[in-house]
Amino acid sequence: MLGRRRWVMAIVALGVSALGLAACTQKDAPQKDAAGKDPSVPAAAEPWRVGAYLSLSGAETQFGIETKEGIELAVDEVNKKGGAKGRPVKVLYEDNKSNPQETNNKVLQLITRDKVVALLGEVASSRSTIGGIVANKHKIPMITSSATAPEVTQIGPFVFRVCFTDDMQGQMGAEFVVKTMGKKRIGILYASDDVYSSGLAAQFRDAAKKLGGEIVVEKSFIKTETNFTTYINEIHDAKPDLVYAPIYYNAMVPIARQAKAAGMPGSMFVGGDGWDAETLLQDAGEEMEGAYFTNHYAPDVPWPNAQAFLKAYKERFKRDPSSLSSLGYDSALLLFDAMGRAKGDTPEAIRDAIAETKNFQGATGAITIDPNRNADKSIVIVQIKNKKFTYFATVNDKAAAKP
Amino acid sequence: MAMKIVNALITGLAQGSMIALVALGYTMVYGILKLINFAHSEVFMMGAFLGFFGITALGGKDSPLVAGVGGTLLAMVFAGLLGMLVERIAYAPLRTRGKGKANTRVTPLVTALGMSVLLQNLAQLLFTAQYRGYPQLLPIEDTRKVIFISAFSVMIALQFLVHKTWMGKAMRALSVNIEAARLMGIRTSRVISITFITGSVLAALGAVLYCLDQSQVYPTMGVVIGTRAFVAAVIGGIGNIPGAMLGGLLIGIIGEMTKLTAYSGLQDVLVFTALIAVLLVKPTGLLGKASIEKV
Repeated sequence: MLGRRRWVMAIVALGVSALGLAACTQKDAPQKDAAGKDPSVPAAAEPWRVGAYLSLSGAETQFGIETKEGIELAVDEVNKKGGAKGRPVKVLYEDNKSNPQETNNKVLQLITRDKVVALLGEVASSRSTIGGIVANKHKIPMITSSATAPEVTQIGPFVFRVCFTDDMQGQMGAEFVVKTMGKKRIGILYASDDVYSSGLAAQFRDAAKKLGGEIVVEKSFIKTETNFTTYINEIHDAKPDLVYAPIYYNAMVPIARQAKAAGMPGSMFVGGDGWDAETLLQDAGEEMEGAYFTNHYAPDVPWPNAQAFLKAYKERFKRDPSSLSSLGYDSALLLFDAMGRAKGDTPEAIRDAIAETKNFQGATGAITIDPNRNADKSIVIVQIKNKKFTYFATVNDKAAAKP
Repeated sequence: MAMKIVNALITGLAQGSMIALVALGYTMVYGILKLINFAHSEVFMMGAFLGFFGITALGGKDSPLVAGVGGTLLAMVFAGLLGMLVERIAYAPLRTRGKGKANTRVTPLVTALGMSVLLQNLAQLLFTAQYRGYPQLLPIEDTRKVIFISAFSVMIALQFLVHKTWMGKAMRALSVNIEAARLMGIRTSRVISITFITGSVLAALGAVLYCLDQSQVYPTMGVVIGTRAFVAAVIGGIGNIPGAMLGGLLIGIIGEMTKLTAYSGLQDVLVFTALIAVLLVKPTGLLGKASIEKV
């Protein structure tokens, strides 16, 4: 018995020391780097250190990877042009495992250990809030690429975003449905225990009512739900002209299938940017034919910058970029642009330059940073056509052209 | 209105019979070992994945019959093996070594929790966290009929296995008293293995049926259905086979009925309220009796 215990102890001890060693070497590497380069290389060629914390494993892996690809593309582009202020840019990526605790650790590491001048991330609003609090406390500017919850940029003066907010999106969705499509009898279907879904539904409901629409039926389900037949029957019975479904793509697949079986075509649905995933097209493309949703970007959006981005992305990654890639790309490029314009090399100077950004031409349209540090930009209406996301219209404070 | 209720009832029955299939695995293992096998929901999930790969490999949409039946059988065989393996690796050694010690009930329970986390993470590692859509083999209304019919015939077969065969008799003997059963010449470890295999095979069948209807697989799917199935087993009287079936159907119907009300977002609240209400009135569950023979 004792013999076995000793063995176990030995293995545990070995494991712990190996872990410790790995951690040490990881920690040492950047320090040596900085110490080695500082005296010999002139300051002008010293690369800018920018930190990016993303979900590169765990539940939101797909989103994290797509965003990282967008950032990589932006880094290549800016370095090819000679960097910002003649200094190349180096982005240090950290994986937060889609986990809040890990997010806190990684952001602190990037700031205190790696001494980054600015931060990029995260894809989710919940983790962007955590990172934003840390960044704001240490006075390091941060740009989130795709956190749409309004609260994120309210943290403080150092937190920015390049995507639109959910209140904007809900309002634009309502304007599109009521004004452009002329649908007055509206049904709403959303996940009650999801901040994104219920928040967007609430924004839409208020805006639609104000514009003269009538909510004839409203159904909420819990996020883990998969059987929607009864909900769909209920909605069907209320005979709405249209159903607003601000739901993530994974729940939209069974909804679309079951709705079609109950006699509700895809063209009766309107959604939000949570639909933007290839999976939705693959698994329910036919069922979703004709549906519209508000989004950041579409592959065939007719803006020159978007097309240039699309081409570069396709060349490098051999597929169409998603919204997340384009937003990751824009967040990085906007930051590098601000670094080039900044009056000094300090994080504070970069912050001020980001805040002054006006009419920045990105892949997701022209971005102006407003006084609340949100992006004032266009929202794209995308239609699902022939199992493809196709550009339909651009809206920004004014309703789109009638279809 | 009446039509609506009937429709919801039908959906609820199909949903409930799937929950019942999973609940049976919990209840059978509990009946014999007094162990709540938390890893069961993960066997369900693994079964769903294997069914998905099987159905896709066998042609998916293009040959619905071959792919459907073949994929389901493949998932069932694999889940049976997995269930047995989990028992052999994690529970059996604890049983033999911890015999006579005070904590024989708690240790396997914690091991079961650990096994559940392990399998879930393994699935995430092997298959990634992505949601995958099941190929749709039949129109949805027909899928529901297939679910209901196959779940019921399997449950009848299970009743036959437990009450009419030698193995069933051995299972019942074990649930009364393992030691006495061993003294009577029953190879208890084999009977336990077969109980785990049966439970896992049923879970895999439930998993494939569930996915054919709901159309998505992902590594954490076991948690959702597992909780409901466990509640179903407890409502019916854990350890009691017809009880698990009844509990499953009840949960399915209650869940579906709440969707007709304005409180559909509170579905889980209502399901668990039902659980508490049943247990307050009958602490042993609907069909459980204090000293009934348990399998």
